[in-house]
Amino acid sequence: MSAAYVTKSPWVVHYDGSSCNGCDIEVLACLTPMYDVERFGIINCGNPKHADVFLVTGSVNEQNKGIVKQIYEQMPEPKVVVAVGICACSGGIFKDCYNVMGGVDQVIPVDAYVPGCAARPEAIIDAVVKGLGVLQAKRDAMVKAVDAPAEEVAEAAAEEVATEEKKAGAVPPIFTMAEIKVNTMDFLKK
Amino acid sequence: MAKRTIVPFGPQHPVLPEPIHLDLVLEDETVVEAIPSIGYIHRGLEKLCEIKDFEQMVYVVERICGICSFGHGWGACASMEGALGVEVPERAEYLRTILHELGRVHSHLLWLGLMADGFGFESLFNHCWRIRETVLDLFEKNTGGRVVFSICKPGGMRKDISNENLQEMVRILNGLKAEIKEITDVFIEDSSVKNRMTGVGVLTKEEAMELCAVGPTVRGSGVRQDIRLTGDHGVYKELGFEPCVEEAGDCMARTVVRIREIFQSIELIEKAVEMIPDGPVDVKVPKKVDGEFAIRLEQPRGEAFYYAKGQGTKFLKRMRVRTPTNINIPALVKMLAGADLADVPILVLTIDPCISCTER
Repeated sequence: MSAAYVTKSPWVVHYDGSSCNGCDIEVLACLTPMYDVERFGIINCGNPKHADVFLVTGSVNEQNKGIVKQIYEQMPEPKVVVAVGICACSGGIFKDCYNVMGGVDQVIPVDAYVPGCAARPEAIIDAVVKGLGVLQAKRDAMVKAVDAPAEEVAEAAAEEVATEEKKAGAVPPIFTMAEIKVNTMDFLKK
Repeated sequence: MAKRTIVPFGPQHPVLPEPIHLDLVLEDETVVEAIPSIGYIHRGLEKLCEIKDFEQMVYVVERICGICSFGHGWGACASMEGALGVEVPERAEYLRTILHELGRVHSHLLWLGLMADGFGFESLFNHCWRIRETVLDLFEKNTGGRVVFSICKPGGMRKDISNENLQEMVRILNGLKAEIKEITDVFIEDSSVKNRMTGVGVLTKEEAMELCAVGPTVRGSGVRQDIRLTGDHGVYKELGFEPCVEEAGDCMARTVVRIREIFQSIELIEKAVEMIPDGPVDVKVPKKVDGEFAIRLEQPRGEAFYYAKGQGTKFLKRMRVRTPTNINIPALVKMLAGADLADVPILVLTIDPCISCTER
């Protein structure tokens, strides 16, 4: 999937998981005059609440997984995650280190992977363009969900559940009414 | 007494490319105390020497940091060569010096850009990084990589760089001088930049000595300290090296030290290219390491220390690296106490922090 056009200016937020800086400076190099993605309105903003694309470099560990998760959760929907560099994809050369859990996808869902040590700016830009395609698809899905009349949505949802059930072969356990009541009471007490 | 508040700074912050966390204890707008906490990037790569043999370890040590990666590769190789008892050919030592100084030009240009970004001078940031791309092109042409090069190996260099390429490098760098001067003059002469940096974060000579600061941080406080003077590594003695020292000890002085070092590095490269002898660039090394060796290197950020100890097999028993940012953090905490909250980003940047070096 690729974005033939960009309707809005996608803003990126960048976080360094436990990378060696190599990919970080290449991410910044994308924004500076040689590669200059700012001419397409792509801006590196420091605030996750303004961002559409999350660029993560480096692998995750016990100390930073909470921060990666938190930044991801603060971003508004729709959002796209790009794992930059082989460390963010799988842990890379540091995979065997005791303080490396592995790729970023251990913690948050990733939409595009950029291999390379360090990832080249061209590859990062390519991945962001791919990510924009995913972003557009996610946005379309959201718009569809909002525009469609309630009945249609319910029908579509029921259909989706039915096909998923067919795939899974068995009905997944759902809360019974009694359980829901108990859960609600517990929640209210808290 | 004003009420005290604690403002968290980082690990994710717009001016920080890397995560470091500071708890800033404030009284109104003034920082009373800064409590740093690190550990977001710790990987534990020194322990990898148990499962990677000493030649593979060079690749790992090089990836401690993507900005000063050539220096790390050199340091690792030099410590292993010492442990192996190998002498490196003279041409390899010259080539290493040339590439290390080229790395310093790239690192300082990168830092000048980040500093400009730190005080909100976006166009200056972009100009610094535009010039830096030319240096990266030189790296790519001569070593094959933009950021991580892997051209050092125990016993010398992986490949030779031809004399024509070296002369072209000097020609391009000399052509860059005018452009760099145009940009760095803005740092020195522009009144808005002066207002942000002059007299901010003063570190006196005594404090710098006491806190064991290294690199441009200590040279900005008037201390003539540079590992290149010792002649432990490279060919700096033959090149007649003299460090750049500024007396004021504020952010401006540290910036001026780095600016002067850019031009000095270009001159050192020019001299080294004139003097470089012909000959082989590598020697054969034994397959098993026994013995130990330590070496110090002047990285763009200051003194770095490398230690390798063998155990009679191809695996090292211990590989130890001590990096400059780690040593400069006490100086940073000292500078932050009493500073304005608005000055905190540029004070953090002024020691040229490299957190992935610090934590490894």
